Amino acid sequence: MMQYSPALEQRFQKLVAQYPWKRSALIPLLLYAQDEVGHLSDEVISDIARRVELTELEVRNVISYYSLLRTKPAGKYVVQVCTNISCMLRGAEEVFAHCRQRLGVDHKEVTRNGNFSLEEVECIGACSWAPAVQVNYDFHLDVTPEKMDTILDTYEKQTQQ
Amino acid sequence: MKTIYTPTPLVTHADEVRIISKRFRQGAQDIDRYMELDGYKAARKALEMRPDDIINEVKASGLRGRGGAGFATGMKWSFIPKQSEAPKYILINGDESEPATCKDRLLVEYDPHSIIEGVVIAGLAVGAKLGFIYLRGEYRYLLEIMEKAVADAYAKGFLGKKIFGSQHEFNILTQTGAGAYEVGEESALMESLEGKRGLPRLKPPFPAIKGLYGGPTVINNVETIASVPPIILNGGKWYASFGPNDKNGGTRLTCLTGHFNKPGVYELPLGYPAKKMIYDVGGGIPNGRQLKALVPGGSSTFLLTQEEAESATMDYDWFAKRGEFLGSGGVVAIDDQTCMVKVALRIMRFYQHESCGWCIPCREGTDWLKKTLTRFHDGGGVSKDIDQMLYLANNMAGRTFCALGDAAAFPTISIVKKWRQEFENHLDGRPCPFEPASREMALA
Repeated sequence: MMQYSPALEQRFQKLVAQYPWKRSALIPLLLYAQDEVGHLSDEVISDIARRVELTELEVRNVISYYSLLRTKPAGKYVVQVCTNISCMLRGAEEVFAHCRQRLGVDHKEVTRNGNFSLEEVECIGACSWAPAVQVNYDFHLDVTPEKMDTILDTYEKQTQQ
Repeated sequence: MKTIYTPTPLVTHADEVRIISKRFRQGAQDIDRYMELDGYKAARKALEMRPDDIINEVKASGLRGRGGAGFATGMKWSFIPKQSEAPKYILINGDESEPATCKDRLLVEYDPHSIIEGVVIAGLAVGAKLGFIYLRGEYRYLLEIMEKAVADAYAKGFLGKKIFGSQHEFNILTQTGAGAYEVGEESALMESLEGKRGLPRLKPPFPAIKGLYGGPTVINNVETIASVPPIILNGGKWYASFGPNDKNGGTRLTCLTGHFNKPGVYELPLGYPAKKMIYDVGGGIPNGRQLKALVPGGSSTFLLTQEEAESATMDYDWFAKRGEFLGSGGVVAIDDQTCMVKVALRIMRFYQHESCGWCIPCREGTDWLKKTLTRFHDGGGVSKDIDQMLYLANNMAGRTFCALGDAAAFPTISIVKKWRQEFENHLDGRPCPFEPASREMALA
């Protein structure tokens, strides 16, 4: 039996009860569980399947469709650099290249100390403030390679706390 | 997980007509402040109106779907059957994922109650008792703002069993996505809300007849629904008067992105001259360069050349007459030092990544186009590739379950046709003529 924080457990119970069909709770359950646990482990999948009365296979079928859901651990901070058209035109490729160099990892890889994952992502809806980067759920706008260093420094400090 | 909230920057221009952005910067996330700024007056007014009159007012406004398809909103509402055994639903599409589009974000961030109020009015108009506000998974901080706004509206009695003290019941649930462009397609959106993979449904039946949970469903974009309260409050005719005619009513949030001196989201009236939008509102092109191409409304639209862009007006009719689309409000300026092969490739990489794989023309078409464009941009192109790309794109358009296939085909067709010379300049192993210049621009 999975143990979540009391706040998450409470949220889960509310979610499962609130929709016309129980299954509608599936995607929020998965995303919130991932936020707390770090990834969707076998245990989490089996627990959520039970809560929404689906088979594990059905749950895995949904997970594999959505880009934010992952079944393997990621870094503590997932650095997501958008390189879609509006960001590309304002230097996103240089920002991504800078992140690769500084973190020493490539797309979808995790740093050895587990602090950071790097991802090149598609449009994150911050196009007028391009290039845009999302670290976990935090948006960083009008990013330059120099600004990226400051951003990464801040998160690095938080990992040491 | 804690999110750090940094307010999204706002811009202004003298030509803006502030109808849906009028409460930005005014603290309207707070429900009391929203009410001081005329908030929830339209919902109260709608409670006194006959459902048909609400729909007629929206029809008169000339409001069309702001997500990109541009379908007449009042018409869409009128398709919902009056009598239905299955419950009816309102579903708000905040899956904002069309590249270059970043407007719904601002509405949720700065005026979340206008969305709630619009949903309540839509519910009264079609006889629904439950509405959903679906936001893309990346917009977590916006979901938190929206959830608070919904809770505040319940606390005031504006949502729940007897809204505003009337006999009407109306509830709203918020929902998060988890990363998928395809879910912005209305039938895939319903699938996702039902807890499934976001695959499009075969139409008919259309959502108005058989939608979410099998019930008649109105699906509107965030910006569309936020435009409803001012229409009800001031009248459809008033709203329509801002646009050039009653088929192109009102204003829209226009997202200027890419090579503009003053990028940002501006609320401009329909029919606004694109030339003024580019050089006056957007401040022109940086670094003394010239405009080469303009994406008029999200990367799914046909690109315009400089000459076309400078003669365009930003309304549905101007584009429809050419067999093209105004799109989602996401404008991209592309300067003369940018390689159009690279632009075509980056756009195709996106659609290939986001194709759900359900139907073959889209799954295979986007994949082959991406492969061809990659090889081409790397200098491995042969001249027959150029027509082959057009052939592939033309055979994808109109032959898929949903519009993603069209969305991938249209920009490709326009780029290959209008900038064919740039493709020819890449032939015979020649290096991309723009590469050093683009790099210099990016680092400037």
